[in-house]
Amino acid sequence: MASNEVARRVRGLTPHVISNEPAITPELISRHGLKPEEYQRIVALIGRTPSFTELGIFSAMWNEHCSYKSSKIHLRTLPTTGPCVIQGPGENAGVIDIGDGLAVVFKMESHNHPSYIEPYQGAATGVGGILRDVFTMGARPIACLNALSFGDPGHPKTRALVSGVVAGIGGYGNSFGVPTVGGEVRFHRRYDGNCLVNAMAVGIAQKDKIFYSAASGIGMPIVYLGSKTGRDGIHGASMASAEFGADAEEKRPTVQVGDPFSEKLLLEACLEIMARGCVIAIQDMGAAGLTCSAVEMGAKGDLGVTLDLDQVPCRETGMSAYEMMLSESQERMLMVLKPEKEQEAEAIFRKWGLDFAVVGRTTPTKRFIVRHGGAVMADLPIKELGDEAPVYDRPFTETTRKPAIDATAVKPPMSIADALEKLVGSADICSRRWVWEQYDHVILGNTVQRPGGDAAVVRVNDGPKALALTADVTPRYCEADPFEGGKQAVAEAWRNLTAVGARPLALTDNLNFGNPERAEIMGQLIGAIAGIGAAARALDFPIVSGNVSLYNETRIAGKELGNAILPTPTIGGVGLLDDFEKSMTLAFKAEGESILLLGENSGWLGQSLYLREICGREEGAPPPVDLAAERRHGDFVRALIRDGLVTAVHDVSDGGLLIALAEMAMASKIGAVLEAPPGVPAHAFWFGEDQARYVVTAADASAVAQRANAAAVPLRRLGATGGRVFAVDSERPLRVGDLLSRFEGWLPAYMAASAG
Amino acid sequence: MKSAVIIFPGINRERDMARALRLISGREPAMVWHADRELPPGTDLVVIPGGFSYGDYLRCGAIAARAPIIDAVRAFAAKGGLVLAVCNGFQIACEAGLLPGVLMRNAQLRFICRDVYLRVERSDMSFTRGYNAGQVIRVPVAHGEGNYIADGETIARLEGEGRVIFRYSSPDGIVDPDWNHNGAMNAIAGIVNEPGNVLGMMPHPENHVEAAMGRTDGRGLFAGLVDHFERAA
Repeated sequence: MASNEVARRVRGLTPHVISNEPAITPELISRHGLKPEEYQRIVALIGRTPSFTELGIFSAMWNEHCSYKSSKIHLRTLPTTGPCVIQGPGENAGVIDIGDGLAVVFKMESHNHPSYIEPYQGAATGVGGILRDVFTMGARPIACLNALSFGDPGHPKTRALVSGVVAGIGGYGNSFGVPTVGGEVRFHRRYDGNCLVNAMAVGIAQKDKIFYSAASGIGMPIVYLGSKTGRDGIHGASMASAEFGADAEEKRPTVQVGDPFSEKLLLEACLEIMARGCVIAIQDMGAAGLTCSAVEMGAKGDLGVTLDLDQVPCRETGMSAYEMMLSESQERMLMVLKPEKEQEAEAIFRKWGLDFAVVGRTTPTKRFIVRHGGAVMADLPIKELGDEAPVYDRPFTETTRKPAIDATAVKPPMSIADALEKLVGSADICSRRWVWEQYDHVILGNTVQRPGGDAAVVRVNDGPKALALTADVTPRYCEADPFEGGKQAVAEAWRNLTAVGARPLALTDNLNFGNPERAEIMGQLIGAIAGIGAAARALDFPIVSGNVSLYNETRIAGKELGNAILPTPTIGGVGLLDDFEKSMTLAFKAEGESILLLGENSGWLGQSLYLREICGREEGAPPPVDLAAERRHGDFVRALIRDGLVTAVHDVSDGGLLIALAEMAMASKIGAVLEAPPGVPAHAFWFGEDQARYVVTAADASAVAQRANAAAVPLRRLGATGGRVFAVDSERPLRVGDLLSRFEGWLPAYMAASAG
Repeated sequence: MKSAVIIFPGINRERDMARALRLISGREPAMVWHADRELPPGTDLVVIPGGFSYGDYLRCGAIAARAPIIDAVRAFAAKGGLVLAVCNGFQIACEAGLLPGVLMRNAQLRFICRDVYLRVERSDMSFTRGYNAGQVIRVPVAHGEGNYIADGETIARLEGEGRVIFRYSSPDGIVDPDWNHNGAMNAIAGIVNEPGNVLGMMPHPENHVEAAMGRTDGRGLFAGLVDHFERAA
């Protein structure tokens, strides 16, 4: 068919649409987030001017969020395979093998832009979306985590964002019925205009019953399941692919509204029809809704898809094809069902009170055809819609390396005891209890380690296996050196899993950055990906799923450059314990035990929280990550736990050694007597943030020392547990109870205070 | 002990409850669908578990309280059958008129999930024979609407008739506002109906039945019930 003939057919069959649909103008193209050259590519691809609906479909498929056009060529460099990997990136979620015929399905995804505009619903639907990604693959969700970044506590919007986001995450997860077991929260002025909400979900499936999105078979019914389609969330994905301007709050209509009740029903109904063998392919309607899910199912299966929008269950009357194709209404699924099982599947969905409608068929043509009201509203090549999306090798500049800070040149402005008191009660170190108590973290009855430890531990079914789960990144390191920061995020996740006794298996990454059209931001993204890749390879910790969120940036009136977030590549790690009863915790267990440091302590103060919070300086190179040492020390610690030689283990990270020790004391209410070695500046020894370190306690220190010697792992005895005070060198002793009050006090006091 | 766990759309702690019943009674409970009109024959114990029935978009428990199965539960209770209603189940039981009072939003207006201490007020009931009167147990709560409220006359009757079974307290059993996380009147965590065969409580004993998951303080409730039915048999 000649191209102008297609054009005639599209227009010819839609006379009533011509009058209603706006003409395609450069202004309209730009409003769809498409660059002029991208529009030219569309015209060349289809050989004519697209219809309004088609323009909408292209904008949905070709935006940054859905097409990964700025990150794709760099993401390809990441290691994604390994002995445990069943499914790497490219599906709804990653899948790994944990033995016993079971698989873990997991992924992390951002919902940053919507959460800033409308914190409760933005965060809630972020959780809903990632849960759907996991149960779409046939897994029952068993745990959620999240990583949240907010602006400066003093910024007028911060408190309301924290309150809304936390309530939204809880509101969705608690009602859906999955425990939220871990995560992280940080504050920094660079998130003032763009908060980050990264949600991770983890599920368990039978290894031989994983469901994928590729359709197969010609003439198969495509079934729409779940909630009805409304006008919410139209252009959500496009909105999330641009930086904010002064009009950020006017974008509220692009945020979806979540309904965890419907999602819980959808979960049960989906798992039930999967168990009955009704499903050929399944894809959830997430970003870009019906468009993205239908195109993906067809394109992956090398098939065409014809949709009849008159069959789509709608919440509102008079919705146009354009609106239906771009709606991001939540709690919806698209499936290809076995024709002989259609009635059985429908009965199950009706039982759960959910909508069920056959809205299309697979075809042999590889065309994506959308009909509405008897007219063809779109007729596009299905493979090209996805595969021919622009891919950019954007120009970049490498981040300039910062000089290392000489610890002896940093004059301590206060005593060690004063600094410790200040740090445990600071925004980035204090207890997150106020947050995680709003999340049901015990539902399902499998939470072995609740929030507050190095990693959460969740039993798999009735055991004995358990998963260790964590989410980590240190954005101030990434800002100073994206490559080392990327390495560090992976290494810290790996360490946290190790510290509870788990074998790290695989990770999911959620890369949050500013505007990739700026060379220095692109340099951050490329540097971080390279660092993540290097660490993942060195630690045999493959990336099985992920998400990229760019344009986390706010334009400032009168300034050429926007205010971008700190580069924040969040790493979600999953590890395996063979026996949930043998998981290790960080609390001191008894008085009179030896406290040992494993790993080198050079007193690295560059980019440390001590330097920032106590000295008021955000400077220097971040601590370098020696991946060989990470591996050696981690494997050593895991063996110590396995062989029962240690009683408590804690990874050393934010705030350094003394913060790690204080956390161990506060978790147990047992004190400690500690001593720094002579010769090293005490503030650097106690608060430096060298990597590849763990604190352990042992009843028999000599057994651990012997092993450390044999394994070439540096070991130093720091002191002993006991009493109710925390005594460091010749400093003023601090009561553990007082430290705990400061640690627990900051966040509730901050949230209770009124804004301004 | 033959148990039946009622499932409404949006209920989400049915698996936790089923596991606790299985672990302690040695018997798999029957899972009963809300649209059913009858309980399985020979049911000893009916459990209405926690969750967000119908999303709790209306008043908590209001829609579930009008489901077909509730008539069967009401008839079962009227004949003296034991009904355990936990969390959303407690809210449903109140809405269904099986128990007096109502559960309002927590005093600080936030959902709270944490371990709390409960003082067991009586041990002479089928539900509490596994505990000693005055004993303090530690179990988790996970709710946004657990703040028990009733009119003065109802509260006076509940107290006068010894129908407050669990009260939020300190670890030493002292009732104190600091240990009453949701602001419930008289720190009420659990009550029974007049004959004492329907227990409603906000905390989750079913989540503390294994040492590795925290504690085993919740076992007493289920073990007491098993003991009750064994003696009756």
